[in-house]
Amino acid sequence: MDVTLRVWRQPDSASEGGFATYEAKGVSEDASFFEMLDMVNERLNDSGEEPIAFDSDCREGICGTCGVMIDGHPHGPQRGTATCQLHMRKFKDGDTIVIEPWRAEAFRVVRDLVVDRSPFDKIIQAGGYISVNVGAAQDANETLIPRPAAEASMDAAACIGCAACVAACPNGAANLFTAAKIAHLGLLPQGQPERYLRTVAMVETMEDYFGSCRNYGECETACPKSISIDVIAWMNRDYVAAQWKNFRKQGQQV
Amino acid sequence: MTTEHNARVLDAKIPDGPIQEKWDKYRFDTKLVNPSNRRKYDIIVVGTGLAGAGAAATLGEQGYNVKAFTYNDSSRRAHSIGAQGGINAAKNYPNDNDSIFRLFYDTVKGGDYRSREANVYRLAQVSNEIIDQTVAQGAPYAREYGGLLDNRSFGGAQVSRTFYARGQTGQQLLLTAYQALARQVAAGTVELFTRTEMLDVVVKDGRAVGIVTRDLITGEIGSHSAHAVVLATGGYSNVYFLSTNAMNCNGTAIWRAYRKGALFASPSFTQIHPTCIPVGDEFQSKLVLMSESLRNDGRIWVPKEAGDDRPPNDIPEEGRDYYLERMYPAFGNLVPRDVASRAAMRMVQSGHGVGPLKNGVYLDFADAIGRLGRKTIEDRYGNLFEMYERITDENPYEVPMRIYPAPHYTMGGLWVDYNLETTIPGLFAAGEANFSDHGANRLGASALMQGLADGYFVLPATISSYLANWLNVPPVPTDDPEFVEAEQELKDRIDKFLSINGTHTVDYFHRKLGKVMIDECGMSRSREGLEKALEQIAEIKRDFWSDLRVLGTAESLNQSLERAGRVADFLELGELMVRDALDREESCGGHFRVEHVTDEGEAKRDDENFAFVSAWEWTGEDSPPIRHKEPLEFEYVPLSQRSYK
Amino acid sequence: MTTTTRRLDVNRRSGWRSWLGSFFTSDIGMKWMMALTGIGLLAYVLVHMIGNLKIYLGAEDLDHYAEALRTLLYPIVPETGVLWMFRFGLLAMFIIHMWSAIVLALRNRRARGTIRYTAKRQYLAANYANRTMLWGGVIIFLFLVYHIADLTLGMTNPDFVEGAVYHNVITSFQVWWVALIYVVAQIALAFHVYHGAWSVFQSLGMSNPRYDEWRRWMAVVFALALLIGNSSIPIAVQFGLLQVSG
Repeated sequence: MDVTLRVWRQPDSASEGGFATYEAKGVSEDASFFEMLDMVNERLNDSGEEPIAFDSDCREGICGTCGVMIDGHPHGPQRGTATCQLHMRKFKDGDTIVIEPWRAEAFRVVRDLVVDRSPFDKIIQAGGYISVNVGAAQDANETLIPRPAAEASMDAAACIGCAACVAACPNGAANLFTAAKIAHLGLLPQGQPERYLRTVAMVETMEDYFGSCRNYGECETACPKSISIDVIAWMNRDYVAAQWKNFRKQGQQV
Repeated sequence: MTTEHNARVLDAKIPDGPIQEKWDKYRFDTKLVNPSNRRKYDIIVVGTGLAGAGAAATLGEQGYNVKAFTYNDSSRRAHSIGAQGGINAAKNYPNDNDSIFRLFYDTVKGGDYRSREANVYRLAQVSNEIIDQTVAQGAPYAREYGGLLDNRSFGGAQVSRTFYARGQTGQQLLLTAYQALARQVAAGTVELFTRTEMLDVVVKDGRAVGIVTRDLITGEIGSHSAHAVVLATGGYSNVYFLSTNAMNCNGTAIWRAYRKGALFASPSFTQIHPTCIPVGDEFQSKLVLMSESLRNDGRIWVPKEAGDDRPPNDIPEEGRDYYLERMYPAFGNLVPRDVASRAAMRMVQSGHGVGPLKNGVYLDFADAIGRLGRKTIEDRYGNLFEMYERITDENPYEVPMRIYPAPHYTMGGLWVDYNLETTIPGLFAAGEANFSDHGANRLGASALMQGLADGYFVLPATISSYLANWLNVPPVPTDDPEFVEAEQELKDRIDKFLSINGTHTVDYFHRKLGKVMIDECGMSRSREGLEKALEQIAEIKRDFWSDLRVLGTAESLNQSLERAGRVADFLELGELMVRDALDREESCGGHFRVEHVTDEGEAKRDDENFAFVSAWEWTGEDSPPIRHKEPLEFEYVPLSQRSYK
Repeated sequence: MTTTTRRLDVNRRSGWRSWLGSFFTSDIGMKWMMALTGIGLLAYVLVHMIGNLKIYLGAEDLDHYAEALRTLLYPIVPETGVLWMFRFGLLAMFIIHMWSAIVLALRNRRARGTIRYTAKRQYLAANYANRTMLWGGVIIFLFLVYHIADLTLGMTNPDFVEGAVYHNVITSFQVWWVALIYVVAQIALAFHVYHGAWSVFQSLGMSNPRYDEWRRWMAVVFALALLIGNSSIPIAVQFGLLQVSG
């Protein structure tokens, strides 16, 4: 199949960007989207033009490195699928495909389709962990975890940190990402001691960088792991509860 | 080719005493650094996968100053995340006669007696602590209804000892390590450098004193010095171009260390994973793994008649050859990976392959779905089935999956002693980057175990024996001539890549190298083929350095330039792999020499002449490497022919 | 590329930022306030509509109802005392609701960045109702100003008679463009209420797969009831079904 690409090109974050048009001819329907881009890049290199920069690593939909906006869909038109798992059979011969980087104030374009998602790391650093030093753990089976809790926690923990939720959100909000981590840890017994401190710290760090949730639900449809916006509701409740609990604890501090 | 008279016999510094007591004894005897002195030490950790993030976080918790480096945009991306099936531990929760000794025994036997007993025993010992630790950190492992941890079976074992989190165990474990690291970053004990690639080790007066890096966004070359350097940079399966590794996985860090004097052990011991989606077309960039756990419920078969073109569901039961169950009745579909891979290869070579390119075998779930119901299969493997369908456009609930072996893991790596220290003092290697625990074949669900064992428990305990010698000695300043020289060499190398201005892309050469490697140094190897490969690699290397075209500049994000350096190193590493395969005149585990087979066509070891680890020393661009030996002694797992029948 | 972050600490915010403070500054807190005031306003519009429907029972009934509102709890409190309490309460809710909406909208505008996607965004979940919340809110606000001027203060109705509610409504709605304004406003309100009634649960963290579907239907029924109930009055007046003499 033959497709036409309109790709965002930008030499670096300080420069202006714009669209370039490339023809991708003779693409196999079984090729993945990135294999198609690889092919275009090889031809660009052969013709003396610098290849398109894009982030991609595992190519099996789990590392979260990749992600571009394809025709106005984060990660492309297939639901529950990261860009690297998208295949060309989802497009038609003769299609024009517009490829853009994730857009949000917090995400700087580094080059072409590559963006800087480091604010996500900051949110995790603010409290997205359980404090337990190596060596200090009790026997694994000492804490019983009801299976539904473990499953619900796992549903949230499936987040790959690709930032499609932010890219999809008309408000540039990272609620789905943050809430998924808060729910993952907050639903487990091990996560309880730090739960309220964690929730407040993560939410407030998130709000330093990102917009707020307007309950559109776009993030859920863009998420390659189909994480439900129920986790956002969970975070909304936990945040207010956390403020109250922490407020009361403040008074008890010496 | 080996200059025998220069060859040394290596001392692995294994503690004395019965194997059960070695680790405890070691920890008592070793030199310690007292908690208030730890902040005087700087440690560099390269790589943030399970081993790297685990080590950096733990060393941070202990109070050292750690600098952690990753070429990814975040430390959450390392390819440990791709592991699907699970992690082994000798908890014996299912009460099926498991024990630390059995895990140790299975691992040594599974590795075809080419690993170091003391290391493997230690691995089995800490396996249980890993489960405790990761549960406490919030890894959402699968649970029974009573709230206890669930287990499943994996290849090469007759017990259920694999803990799992759906088909995303690696992801969940990496995220806990990532979060532990994030906690230390917030605490200020770890300084994290993302999108920063380590491109050389700096050695001064015979010990490792730092690294040279390139900032992948600005292209800036920088130096970092420390009291010790830990490489946890993963494996080098991408030497085959097509592998299950992530696109960016590479061997550069350990290769640079090798060129600075660290010995490289068992380079040819690579694992070809039996259950991957077969290659579709020439532009394929990556092979996708289907978890080995699928072999728990799937049955592997090919048509009895060679060249049978009928759709799988039209082939009646009597027309099918469930060859693993036929050849290995005791283990059936759960034989170790090397055995399963070679059997699949033989089936395809004898014309029984299936699929449009006749390059696969069937993995059939019809029986399991009939027995357990579709719902149960969906619960166990739903995400894998979806992934299969996305890639192949076939529904595995209705049509058997097609699978074929693919390069997956490299047992070889930097040679390390019991301390995980390489032959360069102060340079440590952890996880897949070292060679120590898996011998000639790794059992499923053991890579996560080893990565976390090294990162969380072993390295943080052994590194103090080295550090204690350098109390109150400041790190070498980065304006030292050794650093300046290393930086200059790196700049020259980068300029070289950019100035060749030939006609072909980096991938073009990488693909060519991969073809040679998989054909001649893959699942089966022959003297003739390996000798041919040496010539072919030399030719590709010549072309690479004269006909490569890398556009753009060194002062910006330049992904072609990054790959050029990695492929340049793969070309040299591939050559060493071939030399090692040629040198080892036996078959063992993943190393299968067609000249050395039993009457039944299985791998035939030569324990008399090859019960040792080959550790190679770099001697310069134009002179062949020297092979040193670490003799292997098997006191606890008596040497025997592996049998899974 | 070093990172510095705030660490877990109950005192990480300075003292003034207590539990209540978080409501007025954090995005999630403001969403809560929007939701809580939204519930109050929803209750109000529902009660208001039920009262309005008394118009079908005739002038006496409606005027009596209006009188009852003015004399609620009289003589315990002064005449119209309770009514004014309601009015102030409503006003406060409106202000908080709108203030939160405006602050969040400004923050979101900043958060989404200056460069927009070139390809048309293919929305899958976001619909007309939730994407027009802000402008729908503005329309409702403008309508409200008109509505008070029209039926409470009588500024736009030349036939306005203080206290004669039935008379005022009918004479006002007999002008075709006034009726149109009311109907259009009710449509905007219905959209706003549809998303709002659904959204309230999400913002307050009352989301559960068990009743998510039910929530959606409840929002539809609520919005339709308001739309039909309220706009039936100007339509009925226009068709002559309700008349001053009646």
